[in-house]
Amino acid sequence: MKIVNTSIMKKDAMALVTGKPVYTDDIAPKDCLVIKLLRSPHAHALIEEINTDIAKKVPGIHSIFTYKDVPNKRFTMAGQTYPEPSPYDRLILDQRVRYVGDVVAIVAGENEKVVEKAMKLIKVKYQVLEAILDFRKAKDNKILIHPEDNWKALCPVGADNKRNLCAHANDGDENIDKVFEECDVVLQNTYHTKANQQTPMETFRAYATMDMFGRLNVVSSTQIPFHVRRIVANALDISKSKVRVIKPRIGGGFGAKQTAIMEVYPAFVTYMTGRNSKLIFTREESQTASSPRHEMEVTIKIGATKDGIIKAIDLYTLSNTGAYGEHGPTTVGLSGHKAIPLYSKAKSYRFRYDVVYTNTMSAGAYRGYGATQGIFAMESIIDELAEKLGINPITLREKNMVREGDLMPAYYRETANSCALDRCLERAKAMIDWDNKYPRRDMGNGKVRGVGLGFSMQGSSISNVDVGSVAIKVSDDGFYNLMVGATDMGTGCDTVLSQIAAECLDCSVDNIIVHGVDTDTSPYDSGSYASSTTYLTGMAVVKTCEKLITKIKTLGAQYLNVDVEKVDFDGKKVFDLEDNKEISLKDIANKAMCNNNNTLYASESHSSKVSPPPYMVGIAEVEVDTETGKVDVINYKAVVDCGTVVNPALARVQTEGGIAQGIGMALYEDVVYTNKGSLQTHSFMQYKIPTRKDVGTIEVQFESSYEPTGPFGVKSIGEVVINTSSPAIANAVYNAVGVRIRELPITPEKVFMGMLEKK
Amino acid sequence: MEIKLWINGKLTEDNIEPDTPLLEYVRSKGCLSVKRGCETSNCGLCTLWIDEKPVLSCTVLAARANGKHITTLEGLQEEAKEFGEFMAKEGADQCGYCNPGFIMNVLAMVRELKEFSDEDIKEYLVGNLCRCTGYMGQFRAVKAFLNYKRGGER
Ligand code: FES
Ligand code: FES
Repeated sequence: MKIVNTSIMKKDAMALVTGKPVYTDDIAPKDCLVIKLLRSPHAHALIEEINTDIAKKVPGIHSIFTYKDVPNKRFTMAGQTYPEPSPYDRLILDQRVRYVGDVVAIVAGENEKVVEKAMKLIKVKYQVLEAILDFRKAKDNKILIHPEDNWKALCPVGADNKRNLCAHANDGDENIDKVFEECDVVLQNTYHTKANQQTPMETFRAYATMDMFGRLNVVSSTQIPFHVRRIVANALDISKSKVRVIKPRIGGGFGAKQTAIMEVYPAFVTYMTGRNSKLIFTREESQTASSPRHEMEVTIKIGATKDGIIKAIDLYTLSNTGAYGEHGPTTVGLSGHKAIPLYSKAKSYRFRYDVVYTNTMSAGAYRGYGATQGIFAMESIIDELAEKLGINPITLREKNMVREGDLMPAYYRETANSCALDRCLERAKAMIDWDNKYPRRDMGNGKVRGVGLGFSMQGSSISNVDVGSVAIKVSDDGFYNLMVGATDMGTGCDTVLSQIAAECLDCSVDNIIVHGVDTDTSPYDSGSYASSTTYLTGMAVVKTCEKLITKIKTLGAQYLNVDVEKVDFDGKKVFDLEDNKEISLKDIANKAMCNNNNTLYASESHSSKVSPPPYMVGIAEVEVDTETGKVDVINYKAVVDCGTVVNPALARVQTEGGIAQGIGMALYEDVVYTNKGSLQTHSFMQYKIPTRKDVGTIEVQFESSYEPTGPFGVKSIGEVVINTSSPAIANAVYNAVGVRIRELPITPEKVFMGMLEKK
Repeated sequence: MEIKLWINGKLTEDNIEPDTPLLEYVRSKGCLSVKRGCETSNCGLCTLWIDEKPVLSCTVLAARANGKHITTLEGLQEEAKEFGEFMAKEGADQCGYCNPGFIMNVLAMVRELKEFSDEDIKEYLVGNLCRCTGYMGQFRAVKAFLNYKRGGER
């Protein structure tokens, strides 16, 4: 390999570091109607009356829409493959509002000022209803959040709107209780992870225009352009052929932009008015009306022999989907399916869950997608079990962890074909100097340092569902246009896919031209989520290149007047060794543009029957101030097995970024509501994400394995990297001061109170 | 109200609404590198210079810039490229949305500080949030850049 596994710069690097106008708002037309959304002050209410007459008279106001103006056909904003597992429970505007911040009216005018003025003049009379804010009380509550008749679940996910259930399932071994009886030690605990905001630095935004073919063009900062096309068409109740979606450079996603949070509003305004329109969410809106991580409560019962062999794992998850069900039925699955298989040696497992509606902001996809929550619980209880058995937590893991070649019954019975988790553990342990630091070191002056670890696994794409496709054409002088439908969120997939193409086509990366997604011209891709791009779309690149090379050879042979069987292609020329004849790619490309019946173009799709997990070990060294309970991360060491690393620099930064995001989740990030259901953490003042002084020193290394189903042995990396931070830090805090925190975030008061109780 | 100022060396005179934030004003003048990530002076994305001093333009009124010199990344293209190479080599450019504000502050830091301990660097840049990189790559880039500026290798 010449290009795969090298740290080349991203193709768009220079544009990004010189501040070029490449993002949605930078390229929006100047004459857009400005849209703002009037939002509900109540967690649960029915709109009795809404009067927009006075507001409409404000000079510069173009139009105001209410629930009376929109199609009465429900849809989901979840960016998922059709038929979506998420229920169709949304209208563009509904008479029933279900959380503080739910949209009541769409206001469009010539500028921000007039729109803001008009918003104040809209008169709404609400019938305020009792709300459900505690997700433990939602199931089978007499208050129904979605009583409507046209609520609909497309897939059998156990959803029932008459029980406030977005999903429900029972899976695994029914006789597990018998196995528990045989265990020497049985432990059960409940772990609570809160909602977290992804907070990409670019807030949610899109603009819409009408083109000369009378089609709606939506330019959106999204991870899922093809799903946005469907969602917009569904919402507006128009033909999908009427919608075109373009994805320019986007300023971060992390799953937030896997939901079409707001594209339907500018699409609707432009469809109704014919005018260009745009909607830019403020940070406050992005905090109060978006799609944070699902709050989950995970209860695990675990049984083992006294020498530390885990025999049974029983896991129950209660997940809060909020007011709408986006990604509710699917995130919850990962809380078990990606936590239990880490200890696949256990002979019995059971996994059950309920996903409930409440009157809080709708949850959605966030990096890790449920695995993060489940793994926090699993990796915490493993340490608790180790303590109970009096075994070093590393030894306990070594006895039970999944290894290469193991069958993983709880992971859809897939086999771990490539797994270097054991080597990751060994290396991470050495990097932190575990044996000298475990469990704690008293630093004097009231500070204690502790170390703790966490395992993590994820998948690589959604098996039997996701599709990645690319197309490559040969252009003048033999350069290649690589067309992708996958969204580069900044992590560099445009570059990484070009690297794979250059490797296959035996050329330099500069000879591959790539650009953003346009649903009219890009080949279909389910989108950039589920850690699928490098693994899945990368394989589509490999397949496409193979096909294209055959075409190049065929045409080259034809021009050389020899049999195609006798020629080969080395990236620069097609040649016939026996006859010493050759023709350059440049000549083939240029010749092909005159009197040719064989297009130098290939396009292939790829979908995978398996979703091979990447693995990771993260070890945190924290310092706890025993006088205040404050926890600082001093060092974080991580070793990742993502198969073959395509671009080490990009993979490293992505890992460091994931760990830092996980540190935020572990220590500060918390979506907090008042008892009336309005959000308190609505800005970066109240919702604290880590700064560069909060993350300590993060060090990342790779331990490679070879995944036979991935291109050049690749697995994924996007999500696995966020999962170890919370359990590793919680375990490190326990090892430092003996306080077990089972509810995130690990705030100073929780630690301090825990220390007081112990005294 | 009338204002008169220099944006990247170019004299500009305008009649503006008194409550226009400087951020919106410079964007309307084509300085699209200046980004908004919040409304509460917490993220540093909107960093630009007034008379060579970095400020958060989301919470400064355009009126305050009257008679002053504004610099944005558009006016520092060569320096941005020079430092940006170090960012790109580390893969720390990522989504890029925080890059302009961050780079404005790095370039101001290089002008302002004489000595650079690791803590000084973090302290100077602590107001520049980045959600993608976890900051390590940015830090490596800054260190490598400073080393190069002192006559070290690229
Ligand atoms: S936009 Fe966040 S500090 Fe100015
Ligand atoms: S690179 Fe995306 S926020 Fe910094």
